[in-house]
Amino acid sequence: MNFRKYLVLAGVTVFAAAGDSMLSHGMKQVGGVSVHHLQGVIFAVANPWIAIGILLLLAFFATYMTALSWADLTYVLPATSLGYVLLALVARFLLHEHVSPMRWLGIALITGGVGFIAGGPALTEHPAIEAGHVPAQDLSSGNSSQIDVLPKGASHAAHTHSGAEL
Amino acid sequence: MKTLYTWCAILVIVFASVVGDVLLAHAMRQVGDVGALWRRSGLVAVIRRTLGNPNFLFGVMAMAVAFFSLLFALSWGDVSLVAPAAASLTFIGNAVAAKIFLHERVDRRRWIAAGLVAGGVALLAG
Repeated sequence: MNFRKYLVLAGVTVFAAAGDSMLSHGMKQVGGVSVHHLQGVIFAVANPWIAIGILLLLAFFATYMTALSWADLTYVLPATSLGYVLLALVARFLLHEHVSPMRWLGIALITGGVGFIAGGPALTEHPAIEAGHVPAQDLSSGNSSQIDVLPKGASHAAHTHSGAEL
Repeated sequence: MKTLYTWCAILVIVFASVVGDVLLAHAMRQVGDVGALWRRSGLVAVIRRTLGNPNFLFGVMAMAVAFFSLLFALSWGDVSLVAPAAASLTFIGNAVAAKIFLHERVDRRRWIAAGLVAGGVALLAG
């Protein structure tokens, strides 16, 4: 992960948030679409807000595809949700709207989740396919470091001891 | 009746986006690192290779279905219901689908993150 790749992920976040908010603003102006008049959805595209929203979502799509070419889906997706955090912060600090405690909690959860992901590897490597074994390496990095703390012979000795009791 | 329509549309959005995301991710894995390909053979090669990938085209179709269902759902229901419900359910669906179909290693770290983000999205947009 280098600077350019983080820039692409930032693009995913910003374009998704901006595009979604333009679309929802536009759909509010267009109003309800009835099942009996499906063509109403097509005409919705004529609304300038919706048109700009679609352009922004195309930009989102390009950055999203780029990110997916070098990172896992489960790594890239949380970046899109950071957009909600961005929208809430814009609402609070630029538009001076009230942000409820529940929303601050939501911001904290999303930020925490994204932090969790960002701390891990971006792309799954498939050692099982290349090496054909190594189930022990399937443990997360946290678990394997815990195992390393034990003295080499300790777990083995404990195992044989309990075996002898049986 | 509108509530039923809205939830049906939400389920269609979730299903179509999960199918679309998995197909697109698979396609881009086949295309390879876009940045490296661009430097090596130029932007035209990147676009041609991406658009020529059948998984990409099916993925885009699924995304189009998701997009129009979103437009319907937004016109029937509140954004504050549709957006968080669809987004957080898509999250969980994608984590499961990425593990099964893309063989991504969705370890404990990523499950926790998917849960946190899904919960956070539901709270934030709700």
